[in-house]
Amino acid sequence: MADAPALWISGHLAEKIRAHGAETYPHECCGALLGRDSNAVLESDQAQGSLTAAREILQLFPLVNRRDDSPRNRFSVTPADVMAAEKAASAQGLEVVGWYHSHPDHPARPSEYDRDHAWPWYSYIIVSVQNGAPQDMTSWRLNDDRAEFSPEGIEIRHRAAV
Amino acid sequence: MPVKVMIPSPLRPYAGKRESAEFNARTVGEALGHLTTEFGELRKHLFTEEGKLRSFVNVYVNDEDIRYLAKENTPTKDGDTISIIPSIAGGCFPLYGSPRFCGTTKERPRD
Repeated sequence: MADAPALWISGHLAEKIRAHGAETYPHECCGALLGRDSNAVLESDQAQGSLTAAREILQLFPLVNRRDDSPRNRFSVTPADVMAAEKAASAQGLEVVGWYHSHPDHPARPSEYDRDHAWPWYSYIIVSVQNGAPQDMTSWRLNDDRAEFSPEGIEIRHRAAV
Repeated sequence: MPVKVMIPSPLRPYAGKRESAEFNARTVGEALGHLTTEFGELRKHLFTEEGKLRSFVNVYVNDEDIRYLAKENTPTKDGDTISIIPSIAGGCFPLYGSPRFCGTTKERPRD
């Protein structure tokens, strides 16, 4: 990607992700991010007239972590769950644009396991939950060569993007 | 009517933004081979360096998981639809170069 992509999400939805992580602590939570990609101009870029690719998160689809054998450090979304999320997104004219999960007592940075299992194009939001309290929330996209993730800036927007 | 391969959203940027592609193929493996030949950048996201389908890549022929059929040798015929459906997985251990474990237990978390 030519410019660092931005992820737009409302404060309300960001708080719901954090709350989900707190609810499932000490286990990892997970869910789908429903939204769309946009070429809308960021307000901060309007003066320069530059166009920054942005991805809008407009809805969440919370899921049950299917890794019930190791939920403290692993999450899993089955193909059936993926299809359910896609169906829910389609019903609202949206797409599944990524996934969120929590890291209990661990930083909001992707692990080698995250990287090894990641798909490109999706946004991966990670929220750190320390002693039950949500902390940092970050977003990442897998690079084309699969070697590493690139961070994706999260912009909290208090209304839907135009 | 050839075999139709449905391309999941995360791979469409590597396939000219196409939602599907059609090939003449006698097996699932042949169809995926045609797909990755035509769209070379898809290969590393579908297959390991050893040439095996990645564990989080789920392939169906007309709604049947090929793991319960003949895997990549599953025969296909004209009009069949091959769907590639992601599994999503991840977790907090281990971080790059970090010996830290999750949570308060010192027990090594399972993979």
